[in-house]
Amino acid sequence: MRVRWDGVGVRVGDATLLAELDLDVASGEILGLVGPNGSGKSTALRCVYRALRPSTGVVWLDDLALPTQSLLDSARSVAALTQDSHAELDFTVAEVVALGRAPHLRGNQALGERDQQLCAQAMRRTDVTHLAQRSVLTLSGGERQRVLIARALAQDPKVLVLDEPTNHLDLRHQLGLLRFLRGCGLTVLIALHDLNLAAATCDRIAVLARGQLVAHGQPVEVVDPELVRTVFGTKAAVVTHPDSGVPQLLYDVTANPEGTS
Amino acid sequence: MAVAAPERLRGTPVLALLLLIGALLISVVLAIALGPTVIPLGDTLRYLHAALTGGSIDPADVTGYSIIWQVRTPRVLLAVVVGAGLAAIGVAVQAMVRNALADPFILGVSSGASVGATTVVAFGTFAVFGVYALSVAAFLGALGACVLVYLAARTRAGLSPLRLVLVGVALAYGFQAIMSVLVFLSPQGDAARTVLFWLLGSLGSATWGSLPIATIAVLVGVLLLLRKSRQLDVLALGDETAASLGVPATAVRRQLFGLTALVTGALVAVSGAIGFVGLVMPHLVRLLVGASHRRVLLIAPLAGALFLVWVDLLARTLVPPRELPLGVITALIGVPVFVLLLRRRGYLFGGR
Repeated sequence: MRVRWDGVGVRVGDATLLAELDLDVASGEILGLVGPNGSGKSTALRCVYRALRPSTGVVWLDDLALPTQSLLDSARSVAALTQDSHAELDFTVAEVVALGRAPHLRGNQALGERDQQLCAQAMRRTDVTHLAQRSVLTLSGGERQRVLIARALAQDPKVLVLDEPTNHLDLRHQLGLLRFLRGCGLTVLIALHDLNLAAATCDRIAVLARGQLVAHGQPVEVVDPELVRTVFGTKAAVVTHPDSGVPQLLYDVTANPEGTS
Repeated sequence: MAVAAPERLRGTPVLALLLLIGALLISVVLAIALGPTVIPLGDTLRYLHAALTGGSIDPADVTGYSIIWQVRTPRVLLAVVVGAGLAAIGVAVQAMVRNALADPFILGVSSGASVGATTVVAFGTFAVFGVYALSVAAFLGALGACVLVYLAARTRAGLSPLRLVLVGVALAYGFQAIMSVLVFLSPQGDAARTVLFWLLGSLGSATWGSLPIATIAVLVGVLLLLRKSRQLDVLALGDETAASLGVPATAVRRQLFGLTALVTGALVAVSGAIGFVGLVMPHLVRLLVGASHRRVLLIAPLAGALFLVWVDLLARTLVPPRELPLGVITALIGVPVFVLLLRRRGYLFGGR
């Protein structure tokens, strides 16, 4: 499913969180959103999974404008891993994952055969099957993150929105997740802090700063020292990965910060 | 490998339901038979049968019959209704504000109601409603408080759970202050005592007349909540996640707010502010059947009803002929039981 931000702006009071964002993501494409804290990555994503209504502009799913769809309708095609994932009640892992089926079920309708299968499949993919009967409150941060990703996958979406999905994940599960994203065939919108993971995973990268889109294109076009210096205020060197040919950044913590003011 | 359909996901807790219903029926009959005057169980059943089938009784039995049918039966049934309602609304409120410390009275309901009740006790307002003056005033006070809390907590961004709790708690202090002032200014010397007794809750004024409204409010409330149980589950994951799952958090919260205000108001009007049931029953039930709201909302009303029937029985039999306020007993029994369970089961709400 194609996703398009069409002049999407978000203002809260006097602050502009996002200014007139125009971005077009083809079906099956992986778009990475990167940028410093407060650059508007999450805001842009929130407009897609409808936690936020844009002040201006429209998000399109294929040729349907989001505001013309009910919340439930869009939840059937867009699943999200959000930043505010609460886990306060003593749900089991299986129960949380099953909630991913909520938009597809009427009211309290019980899970059918297919729903059960999708949940089981999602749990296998994020490697949480063995935790099924555990309380989510007893899990480690990374395990909980994987459960929430499984919940999003159980939603059986066409668009997967992931806000910092690699938070708390160990290296193996970070790479496992990103590898899965590359092969899943879904349209993926993903906010990442790690530029190297973004460059390795995404088909295209959009760089945001202070609510503005400052660059976007394929990783090789976007990831360069000059951009990192102006956007992140950090000095970095770019090397090319010997096997994949993907640009990767190297940082030198002992060097004096340059470009910061 | 087909993940064996997780059991805690699936079932209606049929066994627990049947056990609770059985226990509740037995308890109701026992509670009707027992009291300062013990009516033998056989007689109790005979009177109940006569009343329900329109049968006849001996003239000699009239006193016993009227104790059973006019006094105790409505009172015990009201205990069932109020206990069930408080427990169910407790679940709803905790889901609405996502807070373990929330109870049905957190939205200022009880303190608003007590302001209303105090005006009746201290100054004899609402006299036009006769014996129902206290109930009407309490109900109006409760609703008024809720409206104020709602207006004060609402922002353009919606109803934030934390803000609701904070505003509710803050306004409750305000209402309590008003109530204290009213008591001090009251020409009635024993106003303070009457108000205190009312605040701690009592079913002493139960009549058949007080049952219908409360019963309808609780039944409708529980059914609506049951219908919404999956939405309540989703709400527990956070507002943003809820939106991504197609659940409009603010709209659901607004509905829950209205429901809570009306049902709690109706309960407070007939029984005063019985504390603790609405706070602890939801936790107790979650400890036993897990967090899924469908299961919790099926079990909690029955558990709350069962609990309150016994609490009320103790209230009227411990120090006859006087009655203890219900709030005292709910707390005296509830606190140790709750602390024990909490420690034994490693229950978590809101993280470690």
